[in-house]
Amino acid sequence: MTVKVLHPGLLTTIQDLGRYGFQSYGVIVSGAMDRYSLRVANLLVGNQENEAGLEITLFGTTLLFENDHLIAITGGDLHALIDGKKAGLWRPIFVKKGSILQFKTPITGCRAYVAFAGGFAVPEIMGSKSTYLKAGIGGFHGRALQKGDLIECGEMNKDNQYIFSKAGSMVGGFSWFVDYSQLICFEQEQTIRVIKGLEFDRFDDDSKRLLFSQPFTVTTQSDRMGYRLEGPVLQLEKEFELLSEGVTQGTVQIPPNGNPIILMADRQTTGGYPKMAQILSADLASVAQLRPKAKVYFKEVTHEEAESEFLAKERILDEIKMGIRLKLQYG
Amino acid sequence: MCSCFTKAVIKPLGDSALLVELGHEISPVIHQKVQVLAQLVQSHPFAGFIESVPAYTSLTIHYNPKVVHYSFMINQKITPFQKVSSHLHMLLDQIDDKQVLAGRRVEIPVVYGGEYGPDLEFVASYHNMATEEVIHLHTKNECLVYMVGFAPGFPFLGGMDVRIATPRRNNPRPAIVPGSVGIAGKQTGIYSIETPGGWQIIGRTPLALFRPDLYPPVLLQAGDKIKFFPISPEEFDVYKEMSR
Repeated sequence: MTVKVLHPGLLTTIQDLGRYGFQSYGVIVSGAMDRYSLRVANLLVGNQENEAGLEITLFGTTLLFENDHLIAITGGDLHALIDGKKAGLWRPIFVKKGSILQFKTPITGCRAYVAFAGGFAVPEIMGSKSTYLKAGIGGFHGRALQKGDLIECGEMNKDNQYIFSKAGSMVGGFSWFVDYSQLICFEQEQTIRVIKGLEFDRFDDDSKRLLFSQPFTVTTQSDRMGYRLEGPVLQLEKEFELLSEGVTQGTVQIPPNGNPIILMADRQTTGGYPKMAQILSADLASVAQLRPKAKVYFKEVTHEEAESEFLAKERILDEIKMGIRLKLQYG
Repeated sequence: MCSCFTKAVIKPLGDSALLVELGHEISPVIHQKVQVLAQLVQSHPFAGFIESVPAYTSLTIHYNPKVVHYSFMINQKITPFQKVSSHLHMLLDQIDDKQVLAGRRVEIPVVYGGEYGPDLEFVASYHNMATEEVIHLHTKNECLVYMVGFAPGFPFLGGMDVRIATPRRNNPRPAIVPGSVGIAGKQTGIYSIETPGGWQIIGRTPLALFRPDLYPPVLLQAGDKIKFFPISPEEFDVYKEMSR
């Protein structure tokens, strides 16, 4: 089972849910920016949730299927076409040999995910198939996909085969799809929930007020490592030296220029800038779907709310998992 | 129960991680505490533990709140953060104050100057020293790896002789060769992968600091004590050949 890259688009990489257990060695986590979308895509084709898929950024990616395939496309709607016809999203799709899948332009969101039944037959480096671009390891030869690349898919398991044959026998494909509305928000102007960061109290009163009252704009200097925001300048009450310490995806740090940076999937393992806020894990998928020029407002919630939102999203994912199983059995 | 570890402060870092703060300044004593706790967490993990990241004065613990949540009784009115915190307090209480971890000693061969260390001359002239004196001072002290970060395998070292402390370059280089040994202020360090950087490069080691196909994937770990020693370009090639 092989897929050929006819055009890599802006940035297409192989990502799973990340490389854990090596941060103490300075090895970054990487992985899908929008983890919920990748998890659902995998479930739709019968993979394990943490199998690697393709992360497609904004537009341009074009793939040729050299065999019949079972895939699922989730994440942002990047106007995916299969042989020129609009592809179904958030559902299993049977793709015939010789078909061409193309992502034209973002309609909603910023990143689409494509899961392939059987996943990718690329080696696990330090327990993960995620591409770590800076170190040149993982994914497809440690780099973003390029024109002409041939990517091998893995062996299909029983679940994959069951959905593969079911999807292959459906004329016109499945009409049902996963309702993602409780999971991810694709709006390009939205409120993101945060808890106060560890150094929040170090900022001056104006800055504390501005963080929760003014909009911030995602700049074009935003990538898998972090989103640089523009808006009111945020300042410390007085300078102090912060020693480098651990950070997470969703840490909002403020460098000396006063413009916030949201740390994302390819963040470094530690950071030395003051942390003004921490975005809820439950809202990180929505952040991953923001495009440059998107507008965000920050809203404060308590730590307990952040935890219960985390669990609430996991319950939604459990329901989605159950729903997919029922649809495939009786749908 | 020990007095210094009970002063540890546990703070939430978002909803899926927390920070155990064990002090406020860079010192071998606080570093030792971080190392002891890291090892204890490693050998006594809790359900949902993902990994810990040591830094100068703190240990960050990453965990999965869902797994933590399902690991306790339903009638317990306790949050994942509280659950993890109580586990860590239990570990902190167990720590013997006098416990000292040995830490490995690693010797790092370095070719100083020339194409291997293009800024050696600058560092020497900045301090009105001969280049030999800079090399002598750089190889004299044992340095401690406080933490690994910034890039995979990049050690944050303490203990360099302050007489060769030199500010960063005004113009950072767009790409620094892996293995390059540099000085930035009072710190010395070794670049592990090709990155841009502004440190004064005084030499290069033939040893690979990041080796993703081996376990562990890095040469140096937090807690290691290292000592630099000078070698010739010919010896550099021999080392390179040997490590192939």
